[in-house]
Amino acid sequence: MRVRKRYIALFFYFLVLVVPIYWMLNMSLRSNADILGTFSLYPSHLTFKNYIKVFTDPTWYSGYINAIIYVTLNTLMSLAFALPAAYAFSRYKFLGDGQMFFWLLTNRMAPPAVFLLPYFQLYSTVNLIDTHIAVALAHCLFNVPLAVWILEGFMSGIPKEIDETAFIDGYSFPRFFFTLFIPLIRAGVGVTAFFCFMFSWVELLFARTLTVTEAKPIVATMTRTISATGLDWGLLAANGILTIVPGALVIWFVRNHLAKGFALGRV
Amino acid sequence: MGLVLRNVDKVVDGETHLKGINLAFETGSRNVFLGRTLAGKTSLLRILAGLDRPTRGQILVDDVDVTGVSVRKRGVAMVYQQFINYPSLTVYKNIASPLLRSGMKKADIDRRVRETAEILHLEDLLERLPAELSGGQQQRTAIARALVKDAKLLLLDEPLVNLDYKLREELREELQDIFRQREAIVVYTTTEPAEALMLGGDIVVLDEGCVLQAGPTPEVYRHPATLRVAEVFSDPPINYLSGRIHDNAVYLGSGSDEPVQGITRSLPDGPYRFGVRSHHLFLRPTGERDIEIQAKVTLSEINGSETFLHVTYDDAPLVVQENGVHKFKIGSAIKIYVNPDRFFVYDEAGMLVDSPDR
Repeated sequence: MRVRKRYIALFFYFLVLVVPIYWMLNMSLRSNADILGTFSLYPSHLTFKNYIKVFTDPTWYSGYINAIIYVTLNTLMSLAFALPAAYAFSRYKFLGDGQMFFWLLTNRMAPPAVFLLPYFQLYSTVNLIDTHIAVALAHCLFNVPLAVWILEGFMSGIPKEIDETAFIDGYSFPRFFFTLFIPLIRAGVGVTAFFCFMFSWVELLFARTLTVTEAKPIVATMTRTISATGLDWGLLAANGILTIVPGALVIWFVRNHLAKGFALGRV
Repeated sequence: MGLVLRNVDKVVDGETHLKGINLAFETGSRNVFLGRTLAGKTSLLRILAGLDRPTRGQILVDDVDVTGVSVRKRGVAMVYQQFINYPSLTVYKNIASPLLRSGMKKADIDRRVRETAEILHLEDLLERLPAELSGGQQQRTAIARALVKDAKLLLLDEPLVNLDYKLREELREELQDIFRQREAIVVYTTTEPAEALMLGGDIVVLDEGCVLQAGPTPEVYRHPATLRVAEVFSDPPINYLSGRIHDNAVYLGSGSDEPVQGITRSLPDGPYRFGVRSHHLFLRPTGERDIEIQAKVTLSEINGSETFLHVTYDDAPLVVQENGVHKFKIGSAIKIYVNPDRFFVYDEAGMLVDSPDR
């Protein structure tokens, strides 16, 4: 009896979560007139018109390409900065290490809007506005600290004696780091990459402000669908579905390590 | 020539870990560092390896100062207390890793790895990952990695401490054979007097970051220079009885006016402390020279096939080591027998003034 009750609650919870996504899928497979005209729980006049438009119209599909470019750039940059930083925090003691480690996290506490104006002004001055690298760099603001925290947790789980043994065996530092150490924390690297990807992918504020047309990501494009004829509901829903897909795929790959990542590697 | 430590100090965050260490190790010597936990054994070992820099002092190898030289260029090998292997490499690659970096030919590496694996009985496990091995096999792998290259300095930091009893005995015997064949300075740390005696060679007794006594192991065991050395180098720690010597007669305890019959020590008059190891205290007389001590039982513990009997005599705690499993009532009065020839005599400051002949 008890088990049953729990399942009912879980089922209800699941329903609440899934209904909006289902509704979006439902809308994406209907035409605008159909969406506004009749209430229907399933697409009675099935159409792929919306998806076809997304994949053929460059103003739409370039949004995905732009987003993928800067998200990938950002993930690579975050890892490249965070790996050595996390190693230093996990292995060495230096003046103000604790404070600095905490300061990194405070970067995540500040609302991004605070940094918006300085970024815009700075990037305008150095002609970085509307480039992929601009968004990737701006996203490092919150992704690098997160990456450092997650990786530090994973690295501290590896005994320091392994490093020392490698040095005794005659490994140089870079060789040890890339051939022995990174394989040991590869789950951590994967989880970190996932978090960087996720946060960069869903971020809207920086992405919209720092791009105009050349590097405009899909999330920014989607907020500009209001035209003289009103909202294009079906198209918007199709884009919503397509935006979920990459995230869902990545979550599938790192599902076994996610909990450890949320605990910043400290399990 | 060998390795020399000159006035080595190590201070970490204002805490002195090592103080004024002066030691010399000959090539081909077996050295044991004996000390309780936190005595500074591992700190000293890390300085020998070059993993840590001494705060003050010098390390000389063959008369060349190597104090600041990186651990990569020292030619050392080290085995840790924990089982440290590269988890992502197979046993074979783990053992081969020190050689790979030295630029040796592939065929030579292969031969060396297989030879070393054979010594440590790992030949059937070479393709496994360390996580798939038992604790003993993991530590064997770590030892094999330390042995595979001809390091001038072989350091072992309590390598057997995390192994179960049977494996320890086995590996300890094998290690002795392995050490005997090597042309290196071997340094082995342990907390156990029995292990130190088994390994032989030279011993350095450490306590609270200082060297208490150094010398050939049996020599130090027979003549522990201070009461503290005797405590560290006996298991259970050495017992001592307060007493005094007057006109060459020995008086035990604080209030007794009767001299202990049958013993004389030609020493100056004054208060002394008499140390005696637990296995020299008996519950039955063993010879005519034995003296009798009236004591009270405070605790009886059974350790394997031995019984450690904790008693008090004249407010001094004593431990009697008796073969066999015995039962004693706590609080009961018993008689303990000891041959006074077994007494180590220490003065008030705890310095050895007389020790048993054998």
